[in-house]
Amino acid sequence: MMKPTLSILRRQPWVWSFAAALAVWLITIAYTGGQGATAILTAALSFATFTIIAGLGQMMVITTGPGNVDLSIPATITLSGVVAMKVMDEQSSMMLVGIVAALGVAVLAGVFNYFLIRLLRIPPIIATLSSSFLILSTAISYGRGIRIKPPLPLSDFATARILGVPLAAILVLAMSTVIAVILARTVYGRSVLAVGQNMRAAWLAGMNVDRTRFATYVLSAFLAGICGILLSGFSGGAALNMGEEFLLASIAVVVIGGTSVAGGRANVPGIWGAALFMYLLVTMLNTVGASAGVRLILTGLIIIGVIVAAGGEEQR
Amino acid sequence: MNAMLSRRMLRQALPFISLAVVLIATFIVQPRTMSYFGLNLMLQYAVPIALATIAQMFIITVNDLDLSIGPFVGLVSCIGATFLLESPALGIVVLLVLIAAYGAVGALVHLRNLPSIVVTLGLSFVWLGIAVLILPSPGGKAPVWLKAIMGFQIPIIPFPIVAAIVIGVAVHLALMLSSYGVIARGAGGNPKALSRAGWSMLRTKIIMYMLAGVFGVLSGLSLLGLTTAGDAHVADRYTLYSIAGVILGGGEFIGGRVSPMGAVVGALTLALAGSFLIFLKISPDWQIGAQGAILIIVLALRALVSGGEQKR
Amino acid sequence: MSNQSIRLDGVEKSFGAVRALAGVDLSVANGECLGLVGHNGAGKSTLMHILSGNLTPSTGELSVGGTKVSGMWTPALAQASGIRCVFQELSLCPNLSVAENVRIVHRNLKGFGWKKRASDLIRTKLDAIFPGHGISPDDEIAGLAIGKRQMAEIARAFTVTDGPLRLVILDEPTSSLDAVTTEQLLAYIKTETARGTSIILISHLLGEILRASDRIVVMKDGKTVAGRQAKDFTRNTLVAAMGSQADERRQVAAKTLEADVPVLVMARPKAGGSAALEARQGEVIGLTGLAGHGQTRMLLQIYAREHADVRGAVAFIAGDRQSDGIFNLWSIGRNITIGSLRTLRRAGLINLAAETTLASDWKSRMAIRTPDVNNNILTLSGGNQQKALFARALGSDAAIILMDDPMRGVDIGTKQEVYAMIREQAAAGRTFIWYTTEIDELSHCDRAYVFRNGIIGASLGHDELTEEKILQASFAEHAA
Repeated sequence: MMKPTLSILRRQPWVWSFAAALAVWLITIAYTGGQGATAILTAALSFATFTIIAGLGQMMVITTGPGNVDLSIPATITLSGVVAMKVMDEQSSMMLVGIVAALGVAVLAGVFNYFLIRLLRIPPIIATLSSSFLILSTAISYGRGIRIKPPLPLSDFATARILGVPLAAILVLAMSTVIAVILARTVYGRSVLAVGQNMRAAWLAGMNVDRTRFATYVLSAFLAGICGILLSGFSGGAALNMGEEFLLASIAVVVIGGTSVAGGRANVPGIWGAALFMYLLVTMLNTVGASAGVRLILTGLIIIGVIVAAGGEEQR
Repeated sequence: MNAMLSRRMLRQALPFISLAVVLIATFIVQPRTMSYFGLNLMLQYAVPIALATIAQMFIITVNDLDLSIGPFVGLVSCIGATFLLESPALGIVVLLVLIAAYGAVGALVHLRNLPSIVVTLGLSFVWLGIAVLILPSPGGKAPVWLKAIMGFQIPIIPFPIVAAIVIGVAVHLALMLSSYGVIARGAGGNPKALSRAGWSMLRTKIIMYMLAGVFGVLSGLSLLGLTTAGDAHVADRYTLYSIAGVILGGGEFIGGRVSPMGAVVGALTLALAGSFLIFLKISPDWQIGAQGAILIIVLALRALVSGGEQKR
Repeated sequence: MSNQSIRLDGVEKSFGAVRALAGVDLSVANGECLGLVGHNGAGKSTLMHILSGNLTPSTGELSVGGTKVSGMWTPALAQASGIRCVFQELSLCPNLSVAENVRIVHRNLKGFGWKKRASDLIRTKLDAIFPGHGISPDDEIAGLAIGKRQMAEIARAFTVTDGPLRLVILDEPTSSLDAVTTEQLLAYIKTETARGTSIILISHLLGEILRASDRIVVMKDGKTVAGRQAKDFTRNTLVAAMGSQADERRQVAAKTLEADVPVLVMARPKAGGSAALEARQGEVIGLTGLAGHGQTRMLLQIYAREHADVRGAVAFIAGDRQSDGIFNLWSIGRNITIGSLRTLRRAGLINLAAETTLASDWKSRMAIRTPDVNNNILTLSGGNQQKALFARALGSDAAIILMDDPMRGVDIGTKQEVYAMIREQAAAGRTFIWYTTEIDELSHCDRAYVFRNGIIGASLGHDELTEEKILQASFAEHAA
């Protein structure tokens, strides 16, 4: 009797997040009388895409266990966007170079994070916070007052749609699938889940704990890099505050999506549901005319509500 | 044994040494700061930061983390600039309700065994939302008495320094020397031992969270006294500053190891570092980065100092 | 019965399906030292947790000072009634000083000057029990060596402020004490009982029990099976009462190894000493000595290949399942296959079919009792979880298997099955290095090393593996 109940319960979080997204969407179109139903969905997919990329990286980091979190994602997004725009300098011929350069600095940021965590033994939360300051300064200094537009192919790609579905969303769907496969079917993925449940047991079971954590912080930075490039392409250039909103959003979608904050259990589809839900919620509140304050309060209460409903994780 | 003792003393002295280094460096770069007014100006914002850091420290003492303290301070500043100004009684009631809410969050976190990071992350949205509802854009006015307190001038020693020392000593007395402080720190060190000895972990958590609320309120009001207008976003950075301050001051995330004096000193160091970097004529681009670098250097030093200690 | 300090009647306690206590009757008189012995898992610790209010019995009655306890029995009530407990896991806060830890158990140590009073209290007590202890009340616990921590905790249990001191429970109090401080403690027990305090002493060192106790009660399978005056027991009758199967000394004769069998492990304890550990292919090597004297550290050293020459892949079987072994969120199958993931890869991806095959194969070979390997690992009983850990190690390609006292809290039936498996695998050429706290288990080893203070104190052959010889070697240094 226990088993079906348990496994259903376990899947609940991401089912919920999709159900909630659907409900919010239905309320919105009920309010508008069906007007703009697909437009809202398309917009949600476009905007959620970026949160999903950042959230996937955050999810991997959080899954490696209690205390692990990457607060440098926003700064890395900004730096990668700035580097990409500056290197490309509006020329499509430089696009590939720009992408490589942007992803390169992002990976360096990830390496630096783990250097702080491992060699200087700074707790991840403080390590990634400190490094985010440095990364952000680098971005500010390097990108001084830039207002460089993305090369046309990049902005075309970032805003393109196929049958109303944003191309970027399809790309991110592919990335999500790859990450889900990595988690379920590679030694690295299993190590992430094992380390997250019990670092010592993972080591004693033969996992390479250090390499796993290192790869995870680098992966998170790499994904933030992709997010930065796409976002600059989408919004017509890089801005120094472009990463800001992703600090809380990346953590929030991970939690709402049903990934265990205590580590060891990741949930890729949940990130999609949560990101869509968060965007659609804002749309709904805007539509019904709720003020910014009400929107914030509701967002906060939902995060708390979700974690309370998910209940006391077995924390060690 | 002796080497270990001196290592521990070194570790405890590290926050103070860091502060001294930053202070001396500031004096060297800009000798004019070595004056009553110079210090007063430089350390102005040290008081609210120190208070927020202490609030964070209470939470860290019981192995939790508060990601909502910054927006909470902002909210208090909004309430101070509106309710407290127009109707002091109502203002006080609202602030008391907020403190009680903090206690309730502590109870929730404990009873349902929730990760405090997530709960307080959600809470930060709630505080910010309420603040934005009260003051959609910066405004309101600080009560006169608040401005008077924060503009208070003491002869010889600048007010922020005196205030910081008073805060540090008072909390040190309560948390490090009093018999109840022992229970609070023990709750972080070995919760199981505490409940075995018959202490209520629930009550301890509620009290620590409420204390955090009290100091968050004090921080918000003192900040309002300086800025003279309420602003929901005025203290957004305080969350990070307060965590960094506690850690700079020798505290640890887990295990009930905290130091109130250290936390205040850590907050002062962060506040000073900002001014120092300005005097150093570091390009404003690198201001934040340099703060990050200072954090890293101090923490790396600490890892070095306590290296031998870790291996029991 | 006013002379009665504490009394239990028909106390039972179950954890899920496991019955830890099956109706215990026990009473302790004022001023009596009661020795409590029994094998691991006999229920001693559960009983003590019930007395101290940390566990609520499923059924049964508890009387304190002749008065029946009605309503909830809580740690706070136990404290107030003067019941103190020194648990096996330390109950000190590592971040606090010795004096501050005293404050935690004394509610009335407050107000002005509490610290001085606490310091005086513990200093006096430490001086009384462990003269020359070298502990300052201001020392932080984390900075003290394990032995000193234990001394501080024992002394704390005997401190008195306003409440009465009725009963002190000492659960393996000497596990980290050296010979001198052990003597001091045993002597102090007499002083304290002469004052009318009752003491329950739990120890696996029978000599200690026989000397310090007035009366001895033997527990077995959650019940008390014998209770007599200490002078009516001898070591042999005590061992007999515990029902130790020590003398089914086994048919397994020591293997005589050919000279050309390769040495797979050569390791020297980091703590020093002249002797090194050596293990050859197909051998089962025991590590013994008193608990916590460097055996686990030796295993970890071999596992991490520090100061150790290791030829071949190594797998580790944890004894502390919760903290070192099990992945709580995973199925039984995943818990098993994590040791073999690399060999399950096809084109870089784990082959799920091969994974399932491996898991079910080892499920049946280890006779893990579950209908489905896809069930969560926590659906298994402790013994079966342990089997899964064995399956993880044996299912891997490791040539050398390290075992860290893996039979802790495992039922006898499971044990027998696993022993057989170990012999079979050893015969097939696998090498086992086996730390065990149960002397009986050494009969399954070809040789054993006795650890003492982190170093190898002696090396014993199969026929020398008797309790006396091992204890002798464990204490050799103290005797000298």
